[in-house]
Amino acid sequence: MYQHTRLTTTSSFNFFQKFKNFDYVLLICILILGFISLATMYSTDGGQILFHTKSHFTKLAVFTLMMLIISFINIKYWFSIGYLSYLGVVGLLIWTYLFGITSSGSQRWIDLYFINLQPSELMKIFIILCLAKFFHRMKIENVNSIYTILTSLIIILLPMGLVIVQPDLGTALLIAISGIAVLWFAGINYKYFIYTILGFVISLPFVIAFLKPYQKLRVLTFLNPDKDPLGAGYQIIQSKIAVGSGGLFGKGFLKGTQSYLEFLPEKHTDFIFTLFSEEFGFVGSAILLIVYAIIIYRIVAIGASSRSYFAKIFCYSFGAAIFVFITINMSMVLGLLPIVGSPLPIMSYGGSSMLATMIGFGIVMSAKVHSQQLIA
Amino acid sequence: MINSSSDNVKKLNSINRRMFITGSFKFFIMLGIVSRLFFLQVKENKKYLTLSDKNRIREWKLAPIRGEFHDYFGNVIAGNFEAYQLHIIPEQVEDFRYVIFRVKDLLNLSEKEFKKILKKKKEIKPWETLIVSDNLSWENFSKINNHLYDLNGVKPVISISRNYPYKENFTHLIGYVSQANENDIENTEAIKKNFVPGLKVGKVGLEKSFEEKLIGTNDIERYEVNAYGRRISQLEFQKGQKGKTLRLTIDTEVQKLVNELLKDKAGSICVMDIYTGAIVAMHSSPSFDPNLFVFGISQDDWQLIRNDPMKPLVNKTLQGNYSPGSTIKPIVALSALENGIVNTKFTVNCRGHKHPMELYGQTYHCWKKEGHGFMNLRNAMKQSCDTYFYEVARKLGVDKLSETAKKFGLGKEVFGDLFNIEKKGLIPNTQWKKNALGQSWLLGETIITGIGQGYIQTTPIQLCLMTAQIGNGGYKIYPKLVVDGENEVSPIDKFTPLYKESRNIKIVQDAMYASTNEVRGTSYRSRIDDPKYQFAGKTGTAQVKKITKRDRELDLKTFEIPYEERDHALYVAYGPYKNPRYAVSVIVEHGGNGSTTAAPMAKKLFKLIIDRHEKRQSMDDKKYLEI
Repeated sequence: MYQHTRLTTTSSFNFFQKFKNFDYVLLICILILGFISLATMYSTDGGQILFHTKSHFTKLAVFTLMMLIISFINIKYWFSIGYLSYLGVVGLLIWTYLFGITSSGSQRWIDLYFINLQPSELMKIFIILCLAKFFHRMKIENVNSIYTILTSLIIILLPMGLVIVQPDLGTALLIAISGIAVLWFAGINYKYFIYTILGFVISLPFVIAFLKPYQKLRVLTFLNPDKDPLGAGYQIIQSKIAVGSGGLFGKGFLKGTQSYLEFLPEKHTDFIFTLFSEEFGFVGSAILLIVYAIIIYRIVAIGASSRSYFAKIFCYSFGAAIFVFITINMSMVLGLLPIVGSPLPIMSYGGSSMLATMIGFGIVMSAKVHSQQLIA
Repeated sequence: MINSSSDNVKKLNSINRRMFITGSFKFFIMLGIVSRLFFLQVKENKKYLTLSDKNRIREWKLAPIRGEFHDYFGNVIAGNFEAYQLHIIPEQVEDFRYVIFRVKDLLNLSEKEFKKILKKKKEIKPWETLIVSDNLSWENFSKINNHLYDLNGVKPVISISRNYPYKENFTHLIGYVSQANENDIENTEAIKKNFVPGLKVGKVGLEKSFEEKLIGTNDIERYEVNAYGRRISQLEFQKGQKGKTLRLTIDTEVQKLVNELLKDKAGSICVMDIYTGAIVAMHSSPSFDPNLFVFGISQDDWQLIRNDPMKPLVNKTLQGNYSPGSTIKPIVALSALENGIVNTKFTVNCRGHKHPMELYGQTYHCWKKEGHGFMNLRNAMKQSCDTYFYEVARKLGVDKLSETAKKFGLGKEVFGDLFNIEKKGLIPNTQWKKNALGQSWLLGETIITGIGQGYIQTTPIQLCLMTAQIGNGGYKIYPKLVVDGENEVSPIDKFTPLYKESRNIKIVQDAMYASTNEVRGTSYRSRIDDPKYQFAGKTGTAQVKKITKRDRELDLKTFEIPYEERDHALYVAYGPYKNPRYAVSVIVEHGGNGSTTAAPMAKKLFKLIIDRHEKRQSMDDKKYLEI
């Protein structure tokens, strides 16, 4: 009876405590980001509330709610499902490989009737969860053992392989980066990273030789976009024109001629930053970057204040991964990197990417709410 | 807690150290992205703004409005009219098949025309204008307008197009316009600059010569377009300039009469002001309707014009090289007088066909079977005695003759570069023959040159100029078709004398007077006694083939000879004799005889020209009054 009472008081106390423990800065930044993304989506629809805006709004609302629910669930629980969720997503990837929906030449989606899910996007988060759990209990001496390294490499390479065959090299690389971020924070010896980078640079010419013609074209186009301005170089040239013509203060909301007149490709998804940058200029883009920076800073700060190693490594890795997603997307549209399909978190239209990001935010928030929680 | 606390601390140290490294990386990468943004958006902003404008703004040129041609009195002889056109923008049509079949029914389009339209539709983008018909009749246009409720997306449009109200009357002079082809665009800067699809440009005649003045400049519309080239909104409209309207020296009334005179005949008539060089009328027959070419001539019409044996496509006034026949005699006489070969008292006995002139075994006959008897210069010109001119030519020599002939405008283009089709004609001399044929000149060739046969060839406009320059007392003039503008300079050597002694011109003029106005003159029957209209002229009959002995014995009448073998009839004249003002040259191909075919035309012409002279004069006075 006593125990029962204690339990109930703890849980009810916990409920308010949890609200108090919330990271409101992070929450507000996420909401601001959501609002910006909605406004931008409204602009891509030509200043009308059409399909993309409605759908983006629905997803945003549902997934934000879901993030809040996730944040109320104890971090212990997320720790416990680390491996299971990873295996679940691997299962989805296999399902995709077998029965997925093919669109524009690659088989990436599963039809869930209410949403077309892209499991490879989810893998970007769940691989962090899985590896964080893997390294949680590990003694520092064992971290650099062959067994650990091989196991973690298998954990990374398995989903990568499943994504590459879709084919979707860009997402596969992002999954790898998420995984490698965890390995980095877990304390794998520097020399392995240096060797890997060296090995990658040396094998680059061979890798390029094995690339598919369209992928080779992307690399070549990146190196010289003006070679074929109406073909392969079109996207990057038009994207740079849009960003560059935005100027200091932009052309104004709903006045981006490049996107409005349909010169911009993929303006809903990968190139959404271009549209935003054209309409709001350097100042607007800087504000967006600051919002992102605050989010990443809060994620890292939450990690730093967490008592459990699992929460720490998850937050750090997730922060690094989000950072990489943002920079890769921006570098791509600004002509600093070849075009790889990578969405801008929250801003880009696409349910799976937003779902994955929101789950990540949710777990981070849960780590904050349960920052004093120790995990055995 | 399974982990020992020391292990935990080590692990935390490691992760925090690495977080610090990562954080620094993040900072620098972020800085990189911000500087890239700064570079693109602030530093290179201008460049990308221009590129963005280039992307979104596109210019559309509209066809310029062509300048008109007016005659001397301001009548429009080549103008613009409102053409009724039918446009369809395919993407604005819900059911294109239905609409196009409906239009086909309404306009009674043939299968061929219909297929052409469908082919055109395939070649254009769906938002571009498909021109179903560029020149609808009013009847069809109103029919379409009545059925518009049922023809969604069909646009009846009124556009400006070329019109020649006098149809075939001015064809060879004005020429015609038609769709510009690649050659036109490449060779003329003005066309290149103002080109729009469907632009009509001058193909021949003055329409071509004055293309740069007539063409005008485009209206320019600037539109915002999207990535697919669809117009979104108009940003600017820049009004173009209408081409310059040219006032010609032509008198439409005279031109009409000229047309009337040459109806159903092949030939040419020119009328020229002998002091100003202004062309009053100029026509080559047969002609054709230039309006046929404006919207593209149909194959049937084209074949009809092309295969006509009278060659309507040839501008005989400028391109026709004819033997001048006896019309050259005034020049031969003048040359002989100028060079002191003969005087007015020099006589030759013409003894008819029984005793022809003989030289190295070759005989040279006068046209008159019975012969003229003793002839002096005046009589020989009056009766066009060939024997007299054989003898004069023999004494004169071809080189001196050619010199005088060239001085009076024969053997070179009358209008200079104005018409690229104009022929030079040919005034032979010994040097020419050596260069062109590599043979030396024969005396016999000199003799026939003296009556305008052999190598010598002239165009009708040259004969007219020659006559004008004799008529005005022997002064150089420059023929012109366009009334002088303010800044146009007249050539310096205008009105420089072409003679050595003006008395010689008087003698020739008097002889030409006799030829028309005295009994036994070759054109006596066409004379006008009223001194107001009285004119002086010279007939000519150019042989098309050599006259054989048999022909001479048969002595057939003109209508008994096959058409192609009949002689060309020529006549040159100027008048009024007392106070000369106009010169005329008439040539009727295969017309038989100059005195029976060509001279009567001149008679009718002079009546009208001189009646019109006062009106013309009053136009000039008005011009001065306005100033």
